[in-house]
Amino acid sequence: MGLSLISLFLLSVMVFIGGQVLPGNVGRAILGPLADQQAVDVLNESLGLNRPLLVQYGSWIWNFIQGDMGTSYVFRAPVSGFIVDALGNSLKLALVAFLMVVPVGILGGVVAALNVDRPLDRIISIGGLSMTVLPEFVTGIVLVLILGIWLGWLPISAAWPSDAGFFTQLYYLILPALPLFLSLFGYIARMTRSGMVEALDSDYTRTAVLKGLPWRTVVWRHVLRNALLPTITVVATQAGYLIGGLVVIETLFRYQGIGSLVYTAASGKDFPMLQAGVLTIGIVYTVATLVADILYSLLNPRIRLRADQ
Amino acid sequence: MSAIEHPASTTALDTTAPRGAWGDTLHSLSRSGTFLVGSTIVLFWIACAIFGQHFTPYDPLASDILNSLAPPSGEHWFGTDQLGRDVFSRVIVGSRDILTVAPLATLLATIAGTTLGLLTGYFRGILDEIVSRFLEAFMAIPVVIKALLIIVAIGTSKLTVIIVIGIAFTPIIARTVRSAVLAERELDYVAAAQLRHESAFHTMFVEILPNVLPPILVETTVRLGYAIFAVATLSFLGFGIQPPSPDWALSISTNYGLIGGGYWWTVLFDGFAIASVVVGVNLVADGVHGAFND
Repeated sequence: MGLSLISLFLLSVMVFIGGQVLPGNVGRAILGPLADQQAVDVLNESLGLNRPLLVQYGSWIWNFIQGDMGTSYVFRAPVSGFIVDALGNSLKLALVAFLMVVPVGILGGVVAALNVDRPLDRIISIGGLSMTVLPEFVTGIVLVLILGIWLGWLPISAAWPSDAGFFTQLYYLILPALPLFLSLFGYIARMTRSGMVEALDSDYTRTAVLKGLPWRTVVWRHVLRNALLPTITVVATQAGYLIGGLVVIETLFRYQGIGSLVYTAASGKDFPMLQAGVLTIGIVYTVATLVADILYSLLNPRIRLRADQ
Repeated sequence: MSAIEHPASTTALDTTAPRGAWGDTLHSLSRSGTFLVGSTIVLFWIACAIFGQHFTPYDPLASDILNSLAPPSGEHWFGTDQLGRDVFSRVIVGSRDILTVAPLATLLATIAGTTLGLLTGYFRGILDEIVSRFLEAFMAIPVVIKALLIIVAIGTSKLTVIIVIGIAFTPIIARTVRSAVLAERELDYVAAAQLRHESAFHTMFVEILPNVLPPILVETTVRLGYAIFAVATLSFLGFGIQPPSPDWALSISTNYGLIGGGYWWTVLFDGFAIASVVVGVNLVADGVHGAFND
């Protein structure tokens, strides 16, 4: 907990350096090389950029904690509104991807583990990992071509009609969620598989089999329960990375999430927006990691006991 | 030094056998199917990057507006893009930039990460504590996002991309090296070096470094795959390799808007090329990992 707070503090310092110190002359960066020096000075003055760095950082982070993330250079409106909307949209997309990948990934891992070293295991393990290493825009484009254009099954843009209901939105989100699915499936299947293989080999599984429990019960009640522990950590950790991988997906499918917000801010040199977006993603990641740790210790009595002693 | 035998420890990273082990490793690499397939793919693209320009049927950069967006045919195997440039010729030489930028970034990360890992693992204490905190916080931002923030701040160029990706991967390599060094520094040969009053620099770089090379090598090949991934993603977003390079990710980025019109050949072949090189490097990494951990 305390360590997470230190991490978040360091994170904010780095984001501040990236957004406010590295660009040097922010006014010049926004207005371009041809702008009048006087205009640049006036802009820097109005943005408060000629105060000491420590003062700038202090006021920036203090305002951020209170929910004031600054004013967008491009939209001339408070950044926080954009961040909240975008984060909501991204969570929707991430949720759809997770609801698809977690059950299927676990199932894939179980099937692979029950067929260790047979062709089915090879296909799931190698195929899954090959997909994991591909950039999302590559899988995304191939999927758009196949499912969106050649077969015409799914819409190729995530921009649904404004009066779309829950199921229509879901329908529009399937294609953007699929590349995310592919990039996570391999990890989840692999973790489940190795957890399963270890659990299948254990004494308690042998005991369960020897005392005459049906194989199905052994797999679901004894093996899978223990095998899922490492998987849960992976899922939570990947949740943070997923938010990062959204930059590409949201840009590709023109979806208004936190990723495309960071991308748009980066393209327009909109530093307050960029800083707020990056810091938000960092916070989401840190929180996801913390939740993973807590979940893991809650679900694993062995660790919980050790912590209590 | 290598003559000093120490009991095999049980850590997964332990590969510190006597010198002959390198020969064994090479031998098992040459028999690893994944390694051979992967290195064949990678070598193919390296050859294309170096010699490809002499074999392409057309000039990869020459536009032919009258012949734009032509579908694949005997004349243009992969069709032409919106400026009438031959897609086949562009795909052949399209590996050039990414196969220089990504390996250089990985090299930078390996050198910086190894140095940091040796320092923190060897000295531990307050230095280790502070540096590890910073690296951890730095790792909390996804690589592509970090890179975006820095590239926007200091402007894009090939050198920027190399430095940014190199810095982004440094903490990961540092963490691997640190944990290997932590196990290594307890061994007798390190104590022997300290008793001989060798300098800390000598102990770290001459005594310990050769023994932690295997995990470094494994981590470096794995990172190379991620570096290609990251550079391609940045180029796709417009913050990596810049036009008029025939880079694959850049071509996809330029032509992606056209696929709604059915011009699939302007993106699909580039996509397959990226996929093959990324999978190739990962197969190599897998083979290297297997060879050191058997």
